[in-house]
Amino acid sequence: MGHRLAGLFHGRPRLQISGLLAGPVGWLVIGYLGSLAVLLIAAFWTVDPLSGELVQGLSFENFETLFNEPVYRDIVKRTVLIAALVTVTDAVLAFPIAFYMAKVASRRGKAILVVAVLLPLWSSYLVKVYAWRTMLSAGGVINWALEPFGLSGPGFGSTAVWLVMSYLWLPYMILPIYAGLERIPNSLISASEDLGASPFTTFRRVILPLAFPAVVAGSIFTFALTLGDYITPRLVSNDQFIGNVIFNNISNNLPFASALALVPIVVMIAYLMVARKLGAFEHI
Amino acid sequence: MRLSRRSTLLLRLAIGVGLAFIYVPLIVIAIYAFNASNILEWPPPGLTLDWFPKAIESPSVHEALLTSLKAGLAATAIAIMLGTLASLAVARYRFFGRETISFLVILPIALPGIVTGVAISNTFTQVLGVPLGLLTVIVGHATFCIVVVYNNVVARLRRVSTSFEEASADLGAHTWQTFRFVTLPSLRTALAAGGLLAFALSFDEIIVTTFTIGAGEETLPIWIFSRLFRPNELPIVNAVAVLVVLISIVPVYLAHRLTREEGGVAAARGGRIEGGGVETEATAVP
Repeated sequence: MGHRLAGLFHGRPRLQISGLLAGPVGWLVIGYLGSLAVLLIAAFWTVDPLSGELVQGLSFENFETLFNEPVYRDIVKRTVLIAALVTVTDAVLAFPIAFYMAKVASRRGKAILVVAVLLPLWSSYLVKVYAWRTMLSAGGVINWALEPFGLSGPGFGSTAVWLVMSYLWLPYMILPIYAGLERIPNSLISASEDLGASPFTTFRRVILPLAFPAVVAGSIFTFALTLGDYITPRLVSNDQFIGNVIFNNISNNLPFASALALVPIVVMIAYLMVARKLGAFEHI
Repeated sequence: MRLSRRSTLLLRLAIGVGLAFIYVPLIVIAIYAFNASNILEWPPPGLTLDWFPKAIESPSVHEALLTSLKAGLAATAIAIMLGTLASLAVARYRFFGRETISFLVILPIALPGIVTGVAISNTFTQVLGVPLGLLTVIVGHATFCIVVVYNNVVARLRRVSTSFEEASADLGAHTWQTFRFVTLPSLRTALAAGGLLAFALSFDEIIVTTFTIGAGEETLPIWIFSRLFRPNELPIVNAVAVLVVLISIVPVYLAHRLTREEGGVAAARGGRIEGGGVETEATAVP
C-alpha cells in the first residue's frame, strides 16, 4: 500500500507539491482566510433591536456608528496613540540592550542574554499582566518602593496600560534589533572609526541607518500586539480600548464586534505597507 | 566596536535595568505564591508553602490543567503535521505562489489574537453551526501554532543539503522511503523544538481561547483570569501562576537548546520571511 502510494507520487513533482500543500493550504485558506472573510461579511449584518436576532443583510449601520459616535472615535484614537507610544518606548529601551548583546558582549554573555530575553517572550503573558496588577495596586511593590522618596506610582489607568504594554512587548523589539545589528559587519564600524568618526558619529551615520529597518520590523509586533490586547486594559485600567469594546460586544452584538475587529486589521495593513517601504520585511 | 569605558559602563547599566524590568514582575509573583497572608500587600508579612498543595488538590485546577493539556497536545499534533508538509513544499520545490505560503502561515500570529479569535468563533457558530468547545479551541490554537513548526523545519531543511535525498533516490528509494529514512531523521530535533514551542504557545494562550471556548470550560489561563477579580482566591491563583510559568518556560528552554545554531526559537516567533537572511546580508553592505 505504502509502496503503491509512493509509486504514484514518484517522478511527479506537481502531484507531490499538491499532496504536500493540500492540508496546510486547505486549513489556512479555507479555514482561516475563510473565517476572516466571514468576519468581513458579518460586519455588514445587524442585530434586530426587538428580538435580538441577527439580520444577515447588507447594512452600513455598524460602520456609521463606528465613525459617527465620538465614544468609538476616541477609543480608536486612544488605542492607536498607546500603540504608538509603546512602540517608541520599546524602541528606545530595546536599542541599547540589543546593541550590547550584538556588539559588546562576549560569546558566552551573548548566549546567556539571548536566553534571558527569549524565555519571557514565549511564556506567561497573563501572569505578567497579573503581576503588574499586583505591583501597581495601592499596597503594591511600586508604591512601597517609591514611598521613601515621597512619590507614588501611577496607579491604574492609561499610564499603567502604557507601562505594562511596553513591558510585555519589549522582548519582541529586542530580538529583531539584535538580529539586525548582528548582520552589520564589524568591518564597517572599524572603517568608520579608522576614518576618524567619533563613536557617536559612527552610531548616527553607520549603525542607526543600517539597523533602522530592524527597528521597524520590531515595531510591527509592538504595534499589532498593542492594538488587539484587551486583557491588559481590563486588568490595569478602567479605560476602554478597541479590544475591550470587541470583547464586550461579542455576545450580544456580534456584527458590531466584527466591524470593530476590522479596525486593527485595516490599521495593521496600512502599517505593514509603510513598514515594507522602509525595508522591514527582510528583518522579521 | 571600540567604546570608551564610560559608554561600556552605561550599556552595562542599561542591560541591568532592562533585565530587571523584564524579570522583577515574575519574581514578585513567585514571592506572592509563598505569601503567608491572604491579602496581597508588599512586603508579604511571612512565607508559607501552603498554597501549592491547595492549588494542586483543587478539582477545578485539575480540570483546567487537563483541558489545557488536551488542547495543547492536539493543537501541537496538528501544527506539526501541517507545518511539516508546508515546509517540505516550500523548501524542496519551486512553484507558483511559493512566497505566499510563508505569508499565509505567519498571518494568524501577525494579526491581533482578538481578530483570529472573533473570526474563528464567528465561522463555527454562525456558518458551520458547531457549538464552541474544546474542538474549536484546538482549531484556533493549531492555526497560530503552524508558523512555529513551519519556521523551525524550513530553517533545518535549508541547512540540510539535498544531495542526501538525491543519493537516496538514485539508489532506488521511493519518495516515501527517502522521506522516512533520509529526510525525517535530519528533521528530528527541529520537529521536537517546533512541537515544544507550539505546545508552550498553546498552553499560555488566552485571547483566542476566550473567544473559542465553550461555556463552563476552562484552560489554565482562563481559570486564572476568571479568578483575578475574586480577592479570596488570589493566593491559590499565585501558586497556579507560578506552575503555569514553569510549565511553559521549560519547553521553550529545551527548544532553544535543540535549535541553538539555527536561532530557531528567536526566529520562530517572528516568522522568517522567505530568503530574508540572505537578502539582508546583501543589503547590509551599502
